[in-house]
Amino acid sequence: MSLQPISTPDIQTQETKQAKSKSLWIEALFRLLKSKTSVIGLIIITILIITAILAPIIATHDPTTQSIPNRYQAPSGEHWLGTDELGRDIFSRIVYGTQISIRIGLIAVGISMVIGVTLGAIAGYFGRWVDQIIMRIIDIMMAFPSILLAIALVAVLGPSLTNAMIAVGIVGVPQFARIVRSAVLSVKETEFIEAARAIGGKHGRILFRHVLPNSMAPIIVQATLGIGTAILDAAGLSFLGLGAQPPTPEWGAMLSDGRAAIQNAPWVVAFPGVAIFLFVLGFNLFGDGLRDALDPKLKQ
Amino acid sequence: MIKYISRRLLMLIPVLIGVSILAFSLIHLVPGDPARSILGEKATKDQLEALQEELGLNDPYYVQYGRFLGDILQGNLGESIQSKESIGVELIQKLPATIELAVFAMLVAVIVGVIAGVIAAVKQYSWFDNMSMTAALFGVSMPIFWLGLMMIWLFSVTFDILPPSGRLTAGVELHTITNFYLIDSILTGNWLAFKDSLSHILMPGLALATIPMAIIARMTRSSMLEVMRQDYIRTANAKGLKKTIIIFQHALKNASLPVLTVIGLQFGLLLGGAVLTETIFSWPGIGRYVYLAVLGRDYPVVQSTILIIAIIFVLVNLITDILYKYLDPRIKFE
Repeated sequence: MSLQPISTPDIQTQETKQAKSKSLWIEALFRLLKSKTSVIGLIIITILIITAILAPIIATHDPTTQSIPNRYQAPSGEHWLGTDELGRDIFSRIVYGTQISIRIGLIAVGISMVIGVTLGAIAGYFGRWVDQIIMRIIDIMMAFPSILLAIALVAVLGPSLTNAMIAVGIVGVPQFARIVRSAVLSVKETEFIEAARAIGGKHGRILFRHVLPNSMAPIIVQATLGIGTAILDAAGLSFLGLGAQPPTPEWGAMLSDGRAAIQNAPWVVAFPGVAIFLFVLGFNLFGDGLRDALDPKLKQ
Repeated sequence: MIKYISRRLLMLIPVLIGVSILAFSLIHLVPGDPARSILGEKATKDQLEALQEELGLNDPYYVQYGRFLGDILQGNLGESIQSKESIGVELIQKLPATIELAVFAMLVAVIVGVIAGVIAAVKQYSWFDNMSMTAALFGVSMPIFWLGLMMIWLFSVTFDILPPSGRLTAGVELHTITNFYLIDSILTGNWLAFKDSLSHILMPGLALATIPMAIIARMTRSSMLEVMRQDYIRTANAKGLKKTIIIFQHALKNASLPVLTVIGLQFGLLLGGAVLTETIFSWPGIGRYVYLAVLGRDYPVVQSTILIIAIIFVLVNLITDILYKYLDPRIKFE
């Protein structure tokens, strides 16, 4: 009997809180959809995802089948974007390459996010010597230009697409760690975290159930922008021969393979580059829009 | 200021120690035996043992690290496995080429980026603003290795107006003093070499400048917009000062601080980006040097080169921070 009057306002407060937080995300979604550039980004990303899923239907040829008599064919009705040095259809290779690029982006950013968010959250939440140690390690990682560190890591791990994804993922860790740390630092001082501590909440629960969910906005923005950067870095590694190996239709590797023929068959190099550019542009446009939508104060 | 600089220099020590540990650890991250990885599967047991001995891989890690650090502090960066030359000597030969390229790219990026950013901010929402910011967005999304190849196709293959590779055409003579070809040709009054080295640096320089140019333009615009809304700019306008004076003497001066940080950070990134640019344009700098070392599994070269680049990167960031404090004395660092 005595519990009733206490629990009712509790539920009401929780509902109000949920409704408020929902409306904040919906507001952000409206702001996002109002921005022309982020809608263009979203359209590009959607097209790329559909292309990756429907690759076997969209591709006009097998991406790895060689046809030496057909090498270096200019774009035509049969080969829309021409053929490469082994007579493979460039359009089909780019279409299948979309699957690989999306995989690279997601896995590399996934690695950066899991490690970076964990390190940043622990550093920000626990502070003191834990923070000092973690952030000094991050400083050391940031002392290396990212592509160079990725090259060095692949150099020792051995050239392969998997190792390139791991290397690109590792070099992305500092960005996430710093962003999450600063978000956690501001969230952990709020009253609801103090309340969670006061009722005896354990550190792990407070951190992963309360602090991190309230620091999601910058993480989402960084993840979106990070996919573009990861694709660029991984394509750069493949271009240097340190990422995807033949005959994988990875865009950076395609560019590298076509280099020697630039004089007579520029399309071999031109189209995979356009594909990388569009992919990165899509994620950059969408990421910029997301940042403005989630934090309108930043918008100029 | 001196106290601040000394404190920052002291803070550099743990970072540099960490950087050296990371560079040292690279060879130990090699799956299996690094000597086997370098010599290949066909190497005999004797060859493997000789290389392990040469690289000191049989000693405990702390002994190896101590030797690595001691050598570096004495300026001894070791010997290249491929060329058998001193890595320090090779780096000294190649570093000016990379610095020349990076400085050239940064100058282009700053001049174009700042001008575009200022005009875009002053004429907010105009066609120029939209065009330049779209171009900036394209710039940060562009793979520079692709841009480089397309430049070669356009300017070297199609129009034949710029050389596709190298620093100087074979046959053009230049007496080198600093190893910075543009400076050396000016110092010696060799205008033919100046024109030739300028034509060689143009394409790699522009390709390398693309991303920093785009970032600087975006940062300048956003920083200028913030400053232009300040009260003192309104006061300057109300006083009837000329628009150019308000923009360049009042607004840009204050808007340049965040831009300076970006410039500092981007300069370090240029050194990393140089690996791709130098590879495409066969530019004989440290980027290409480290790339060839990676391909040849010349781990001592990879270790030493990335260590040197990291040290340059850290020092450039330190100089930027010091300049930042010098330009804005209100800033206090904890």
